Amino acid sequence: MHRTALHDRHHALGARIIPFAGWEMPVQYQGIIEEHRAVRTAAGLFDLSHMGELYVDGSESAQALDSALVTAPSKLAIGRAHYSMIAAEDGSVMDDLIVYRLGATKYMVVANASNVETVVAALKERLHPFDATLEDATRQVSLVAIQGPLSAGILQPLTTADLSQLKYYASVQGTACGVPALIARTGYTGEDGFELFVAWGDAETVWSALMDAGRGRGLMPVGLGARDTLRLEAGMPLYGQELDRETTPFEAGLGRVVKFDKAGEFTGRAALEASKDAPRKTLVGLRLTGRGIARTGYPVYLPGRDGQVGVVTSGTSSPTVGAPIAMAYLPPDSAAIGTAVEVGIRNQRVAAEVVAMPFYRRPPESKEIV
Amino acid sequence: MNYPDQLKYSVEHEWIDNDGKVGITEFAVEQIGDIVFVELPTVGTTVTAGKPFGVIESVKAVSELFAPASGTVTAVNESLTDSPEIVAQDCYGAGWLVKIEVSDAAEVGKLMMSAAYQDLIGK
Repeated sequence: MHRTALHDRHHALGARIIPFAGWEMPVQYQGIIEEHRAVRTAAGLFDLSHMGELYVDGSESAQALDSALVTAPSKLAIGRAHYSMIAAEDGSVMDDLIVYRLGATKYMVVANASNVETVVAALKERLHPFDATLEDATRQVSLVAIQGPLSAGILQPLTTADLSQLKYYASVQGTACGVPALIARTGYTGEDGFELFVAWGDAETVWSALMDAGRGRGLMPVGLGARDTLRLEAGMPLYGQELDRETTPFEAGLGRVVKFDKAGEFTGRAALEASKDAPRKTLVGLRLTGRGIARTGYPVYLPGRDGQVGVVTSGTSSPTVGAPIAMAYLPPDSAAIGTAVEVGIRNQRVAAEVVAMPFYRRPPESKEIV
Repeated sequence: MNYPDQLKYSVEHEWIDNDGKVGITEFAVEQIGDIVFVELPTVGTTVTAGKPFGVIESVKAVSELFAPASGTVTAVNESLTDSPEIVAQDCYGAGWLVKIEVSDAAEVGKLMMSAAYQDLIGK
């Protein structure tokens, strides 16, 4: 079991530690709801050092990534990033990724901790025909994220980066809290925020400086529990729940990510073109109108009909919405917004409705406060 | 943490008092985390010692509630339907779950006293 550089700090903070994708990670400190609210109203600090940082470099790195992923990293400007996926030949999702272009030939691909080995193996194979190399820096890079409307105000005095000029899904090399850092305006909470990629041993310095600067303004350490409820409210998929080897991007509502118009072939193209017009299932948002909380794996039915038609992939009692929400896969012809469905919760069928996602969208004025 | 002497405790972290009132312990509250949903049986339901009689849910997980003794449910804490957080706020008082008419007093006799329960949870 791996430990992040902040492991002792999490213990000292009284965090509950759980095994997660081969790492000992904090699931909560003060409580999931309190941490969730801190991120929505002030800011939260996350240790995400379990995520995989993979550097790709070489004269053909751009074309190599275009052929390996469903997006076109060759079209990214230096300093910009995009959400991407790596697909199998059958069009299913092997992982969802953020691709950062760091230089003319240098990229950083951030993978889910649970998929790092899979992604490294697949990328190595796919990069092989090109002049491009892969370096797995997962154990050399710590990732500390600060997320929430007050993030920029807390971070700005501590960094050389001009955050007012740093766009969403952009990154810049500089210093943060006195150490070299890649400062990226990315996140997984539905709020404005930053991800700081630093040398493994610098995580403690960054964490302490940010906590000291932000504590008085409501900054709290946030664990994986609230990270999950935050991303769910924001309508963001989680690999292993909404995305897996049985699912294509089109079925997950992420078809816009797939760039068929890019130059050259890419792994999964033929299967993805077929899936575009014939998805087997559709990811929807559900709001429960009856009593109960839908959880991963619970069956979904149509009212008055026998037989399961769908399955819940994620669900919780939403701290911000104040109601039970869920994501589920339904047959494409039963997935329209407003469709009445029922979720099987233990021995009962509980009424629910297909609703638009995201469940929560941050207020526009809370964007980019510096 | 607080484990009142007048209660008896089960290995599944429920308590029962002399009147058959049942709830969960402070240790259970801490383990579960933010309580957002409680599902309880209706009055008249028969419950069996060590078997599930309801569920309590946090933001993240579902936990079963296990009857500390066998009997018949005679009252249910209806206020938990709209305010499940009361369980965490006052687990030995306003946050009680159900009241049962115990069918075999010997089962209650076998439950733990406060000191033994605290040993169990390592306090």
